[in-house]
This record gives sequence, C-alpha cells and structure tokens, in this order.
Amino acid sequence: MTHYEDIKKQIRELLINQKLGVLSTHHSGQPYASLIAFAGREDLREIFFVTPRTTRKFANLSADSRVAILINSSLNMDSDFHEAVSITALGNAKEINKAEKYEILSLYLTKHPYLEAFATSPTCAVVRVSIKTYVMVKNFQHVMELHID
Amino acid sequence: MNWILSPLEVRPDHRNRIGPKAYALSVMSREGFNIPDTLFLTVDAYSAFVDASGLRERILLELNRKEFKDMRWEEIWDCATRIRHMFLKKQIPGPLKSYLTEKIGSRFSGKTLAIRSSAPDEDVSGSSFAGLHESFVNVRGTSSILDRIRLVWASLWSDAALLYRQEIGLDVEKSAMAVVLQETVTGDRSGVVFSQNPNDKTQVIIESVYGLNQGLVDGMVEPDRWILDRDKKTVLSHKPAQREHWMVPSEHGAEMAALPENLSGRPPLSSEEALGICDLAYRAESLFKAPQDVEWTIKNDTLFVLQSRPITTLSPSETEDKRAWYISLHRSVENLKALRTTIEETLIPEMAKTAKDLAEQDITVLSDQGLADEVRRRWKINQHWVNTYWEEFIPYAHGVRLFGQYYNDAMRPDDPYEFMNLLTQTKMVSLERNQLMEELASLVREDRQLFERLKVGEPLDLDLEFGEKVNQFIEKFGDLSCAVTGGTECATDTRPLFKLLLEMAVIPSSLSSRKKPKDALALQQRFFERFQGPKRKEAEELLDLARSSYRLRDDDNIYLGKIEAQLISAVKEATSRVESSERRGTHKSELDDLKSVIHDLDYGNRQRKLTDSSNEYGLKVNPRQLVGQPAGPGLSRGKARVIRHHLDLQDFKNAEILVCDSVDPNMTFVIPLAAGVIERRGGMLIHGAIIAREYGLPCVTGIPDATFLIHTGDDITVDGFLGIVTISQRDKL
Repeated sequence: MTHYEDIKKQIRELLINQKLGVLSTHHSGQPYASLIAFAGREDLREIFFVTPRTTRKFANLSADSRVAILINSSLNMDSDFHEAVSITALGNAKEINKAEKYEILSLYLTKHPYLEAFATSPTCAVVRVSIKTYVMVKNFQHVMELHID
Repeated sequence: MNWILSPLEVRPDHRNRIGPKAYALSVMSREGFNIPDTLFLTVDAYSAFVDASGLRERILLELNRKEFKDMRWEEIWDCATRIRHMFLKKQIPGPLKSYLTEKIGSRFSGKTLAIRSSAPDEDVSGSSFAGLHESFVNVRGTSSILDRIRLVWASLWSDAALLYRQEIGLDVEKSAMAVVLQETVTGDRSGVVFSQNPNDKTQVIIESVYGLNQGLVDGMVEPDRWILDRDKKTVLSHKPAQREHWMVPSEHGAEMAALPENLSGRPPLSSEEALGICDLAYRAESLFKAPQDVEWTIKNDTLFVLQSRPITTLSPSETEDKRAWYISLHRSVENLKALRTTIEETLIPEMAKTAKDLAEQDITVLSDQGLADEVRRRWKINQHWVNTYWEEFIPYAHGVRLFGQYYNDAMRPDDPYEFMNLLTQTKMVSLERNQLMEELASLVREDRQLFERLKVGEPLDLDLEFGEKVNQFIEKFGDLSCAVTGGTECATDTRPLFKLLLEMAVIPSSLSSRKKPKDALALQQRFFERFQGPKRKEAEELLDLARSSYRLRDDDNIYLGKIEAQLISAVKEATSRVESSERRGTHKSELDDLKSVIHDLDYGNRQRKLTDSSNEYGLKVNPRQLVGQPAGPGLSRGKARVIRHHLDLQDFKNAEILVCDSVDPNMTFVIPLAAGVIERRGGMLIHGAIIAREYGLPCVTGIPDATFLIHTGDDITVDGFLGIVTISQRDKL
C-alpha cells in the first residue's frame, strides 16, 4: 500500500473513525504525552482538539507550537501487530480565534457530541494543529510519509 | 475444551473441530469397519499451541509483511519456510504437553503411529486438499510423536497450502488443523480403491503395492491396477506394475527398499481379494452416500481402512486450478535426481547451443518477409524455453529447499537459512564473469596510462594483453550491449564496460571483499556428524543436489537471457527497417508483416508505467521505511543507484546500493562494487539474493515498486536481517 490515493484514504479513515489520539508536546526539552479527543478536516490539513487553558499541554504548546499527534487503530489485541494502522501527524498548534470558533466547534461536536458542555466552556481553548507531515505505519514496519505544503 | 477425542466420543457437531478425514474415520469405526486404533487431536489443541506459544500472531505478522497477492511464489516459499521453522523450534507448552503425553502414552504405549492432517476447511471449500499437508508414518516415542504433530500443524502454512487456499478464496487467517493419530499397521500389501472411476461411472478402480501405502500415495512405487465392473462385480482388467520397490518401516518413518524377488513376480492381490476390497468401497460409498476414495492396508490377511474421503468430481474450473502444480513443487529426492540429469546433461547444453546458433545467424541479410518469419521462429524458441523454465527448472530449485528442510530438521538452528552457508561459494557462470572483470580492472588499476586513456575515452588502440582479455570477455559474456545481455536499450560500443572497469580500478581489489566461507567447512562437518551409515550418504547426496540446484538458479537465467536477447535483436532489426522506411516516406507492402509481428510482440513497451500523482494539491508522498523480505544478512548505508534501464548500470559507482526491479544475471557486473542490493522481486532464491549472499552483501527483496519509490542518490539503509529499507534522505536533485 504505497500509492498516494491509498495513503490519503487510510489517513482520512483514521481521522474519521478514531476518536482519541496522543498529543506530544514538550517543556524545556522534556517530552510530555497526553490523550486528546480530536476531529480532523477532510483535506487532512488540520486537526482540532479542545483543552482547558490550565493544562500542562496548553502551557507547553503555547511556549512551543511544534507538536506531534499519534492516532492508531489498535484494539489492544495481538492482531494489532499485523492489522493496526498508525499515523503520526507533525505540525504547529495554535488556539483558534473567535471568528472561526463556531464553524470549528460545530465540526468537533458533530464527532464528539457528548463533549458539548466541556468544549463550549469559557475556560477551554479550541486548538488547531496545522499539519505539515503525516507518517503512516502499517504492516508492522512499513512507513510512508505524506508531506503537505 | 477437548483436545483429544476417540472415535466413539465423536458427535456430529465435532465435525468442524476434527476435520472431514477424522470425522469419516469415526463414523466408519462406529459402523464396524476395521480401522486401526485411532485418536483425534481437535483444532482446539492446535489453537492452544499457537496461542500459548505466541505463534498465532507471529504467523500473521509473517504473512502480512505485504499484501499476499503481491507476493511471488518464491516469497511464499520463504514465508512458509520461516513459519515451519517457528513450529520446529517452539516446544508444546507445559499443560498441553502433559495432557497429550498422558493420553497418547496410555492409548498407544510402545506402539508406532501414523500422524496425518485433517483440515476442517476442506469441508468449507468443497475442494480436495489431498497432498497439500504433511503426514508421517511409523513414528515411535512420545517426543518424536509430539515433534511430528507440530510439523503436521505447520503444514497448514506450507507454500502449497497457502497458495491453494488463496486460490480457492479461503481466509488463511481462520485456518486451523486437526490431527489423526493412528496406530501403524505395517501392512504387507496396501492400496487405494475408487468406488467409482472419475472417468467412467460404471467402473471401480483398485491400485495396490507391496508394503506400506506411503509408496503409492507419494508416487514413489508404481502400483498394480485393477478395473472392475461396478454392477457385475467382476474384474475387467488387471495391469501389472514393474514391481521393483516397496516402502518398508524404518527407524525414522518409512523408506524405499528393493522388493524381494519372490514377490516381484506376483501381483499383491488375488482376484478374490480385489473383489473383497471392491466390497469395502461399496460399503463406504453406501455409508457416506457418495463415491469414495478409500485407503486400505492388509496385514496378515486382515483388511484395515486407513481413511476414506469423497471423490471430488473435477469441474472444468477445478481442472484448471494449479493445485497439481503447487504440489509438484515438492519433489522427491529421486525425482530431483532424475531432473538434475535432464537439466545438466540435456537442457542446459541445448539452451547454450540454441543461444549460440541464434547469435551466429546474420539476420541483416534476411529479406523483410524472411525477417518477419525469423522473429516469429525466435519467439517460439524463446517461449519454449520459458515454458521449460517453469516446468523443469523452477521445480528443480526445490532441491535447495528440500535440503534446507532436511538441514533444519536435523540441526534446529536459530537461523532457518543457516543452511545457505553450505551452498554459497559454488561455481556459477556470473561469478566467473565477475572474476574476469576483476582481472581486467586490475590491469587498468596497475597501468596508469591505460587508465587515463580509458578515462578520456580515446579511440582505443588497446595493448595486447588488455585487448585480448577484453575480446575474450566479450566473446564469452558480451559487453553491456543488448544483443548479448538481453537489455532493450543498447550501448553502441564497449564504453559502458570500460566505465565500470574504471570505477572498479579506483578501489582496491573487489574480489578481496567477496565473502569468505567463514565456518562453512566446520558447519558442514557438524552437519555430517549428525548422521551415520546410509543416512550419512543420504545427507551428502542431498547437499550435492542442493548445490547443483542453487547453481542452476543462476545459470538457467543467464542462458534464458541470452536466448531472449536474440529474439530482441531480431525485433530491433525489424523495428529499424520499419522506422527507416517510414522516415523515407516509402510504403513497402512487404513491411506490413514486419509491422504486424512487432505490434504483436510489443517489445520495447514493456516498461511498467507508474504515474506519480503525489504532487497534486500540494500533497507529496515519500517513502520512509519499506518492508520486504530479508534475503542477505547485514546492514549497510549508502547512496541508491536505481536501475530502470539497462544502461543505467554504466553509471554505477563504488559503494552505491543497487536498486532494481529484478537482478537479471546479466546485470551482476556491478555487484562487486555494490554495498547492498534491493530488489522488487522477492525471495531468498532469486538471483539477486543468491549473488548478494555470494558477496556477503546485505540484501532485501520483495519491495513493491522499489524502483519507483526509491530515487538514485537517496541516502538509504539496507537492513538485511529484518528485510527493511529506510530512506534517510531524499536526493534533492
């Protein structure tokens, strides 16, 4: 599965089907990983998540916007080793501005309706990650990259 | 959860847990047929083993390295070899082992067993799996019995079984295997009976041999054959065999032996006995309400049923499937020895002569019509040898695997390919050619003046020794031009060859980097020490056969390439005549036939067309890590040199990594310069892997679209242990 259309399709499927991913930020070089509920754009260029502004991850990404997000289809079973597909999205994170909030929250809550109270809380920030690269791993060791200009 | 069932414990709902072969035996036992003492290992025992040992996921990881449909048969061979080795090395875990030891020991104490496969998905598919899985006879002792049970389980993943399951659309991931454990009845006469002749419904067929049935089933012993009238129950004909051998019990199973003289003159069955066996077939058919194929044996005049299965009537599609070919890949030693004689003494000399005769023919003097006829003739000749390659040479390659299995069974090494160390360093045509190249390079290395003259590409007035050697080389192996090497794009002179010699000349002798047979002799000694007496002779014979088979994987390709090159040269001559006529704007009706033959063959347009659409909308795909098959151990890093066209070879630089669609034996000029080899085609026994091993180079094969995904100049790493290629940095150019 090395062809462009197949790779795009598999990344899109993971963005649609998976609800949770692992966000990686850092503080003074110390990596920090946290679970996030995310939503992604159809064109693969942006991933969004919501976080209270008091969190470590928000502080970290405010200090250095470079982040990575791991999303995968594993089921915590042995078969994951040959069946699961995983993507690591590399990009820059930034809180969205008020003008965009309605459209993006609507996209986010369509996927995570149970998070409405959380996502609309005035203490939460909606964060956009502008993706530069996806690194996709399947068949245990097969790795392809999709770069976005 | 029942891991073992006796025939009387079997209920109808157990059928899919013990498979149709075992289920039929249980029904026959209940109905009073005389079957040997039998137990069935259910698929639950198989599952308990693969789950507790972690093999279930390891097998699936192995099979999912890439899409199954993208794997060539050689890759599937390799997968199957690695999976079998996993079963060989993994002991049955404690609780299951204790259970089996206790049950088998108490039921069969001190007896020898036949251990047979019974695959439940044979029922699902409605197709016959006969011959696809392993079975063993005359196995003695609990430890050996448990060992053979693991190998019957492993045969679920044999290459033939994998290919066949894929072909008939079964999900291999859901496959499981039950096992029949049966007391060995050392029959003095054995055979099979078809209650209905598949080709004539009015007849019954009986085949019989002296000794164990293994000889008949494996096709090693020719049987006597009786045809009977189904209704009248009379013998219509008896065709005696050349009775020379029989299969008898041996220390480790069964072996062929010369048939005693007092038996060779008389048939194994009397007419009355044949009628008795016919009755047995009727009873089985009546019980299962379908024509049956029954295996039986007679010991001291008592008739035993070994197994019974429905006769599968072959539909047109089934007759076209490739099961027979898959099974044919597993040849017996005797068969391979005969094949070796044919190949070494007849086919290879014929191929060499054909290539030489074609090369000597001057096609430029032929008329246009004569040339069209010649192209057709050459196409037929080429096709004949391509067919021979598939029918004779490829099955002969099984000699390597047969030896590998023999070696692994005896030595149980950690590396399932350790045996390859005993096969390398054999005399191969391409190695001889590379050695000659090294000698030429060494002359260039030592003669600065010659070096400079070749470098500036001066018209060559070569000195005597060098010129003579170049001519010898070209006469024997050709330069890089397509007329000799099979490339479709040709160099017009010897400059590509000189470019490579210059490259070789700037480095120290590349021959010195060729792999030394480290420990190969010690390994060989350790291997032979495992055997004594006739077994030692058998091991020596198998190694000799494997070396011949290994060498042929190289040589046959060379000769096939030379024959195809002669076809291509005729096509090129034809193309050139047509193009020149078109340039002149003249139309000659005699050229019509040439045009049509060029069109039919479509040579020159066979390059795979891959479109790279990855730059659409600012999105770009890059490979980072590609998975193939580990085909030569080692790790190396260097610049990629991608060979898309034959002439790309002339730019090959020292310490680059060769990336190609398939290493054609005619491309191995550059291997002494390479730091590693990557090939789209997969497998341990393909040419690239063999040559890489000879030079001790890391090699990964079976990377889909390798020449498309990797670019010349990319900084890449070849991990020949894991079969992984990493692209560290894309070449900016």
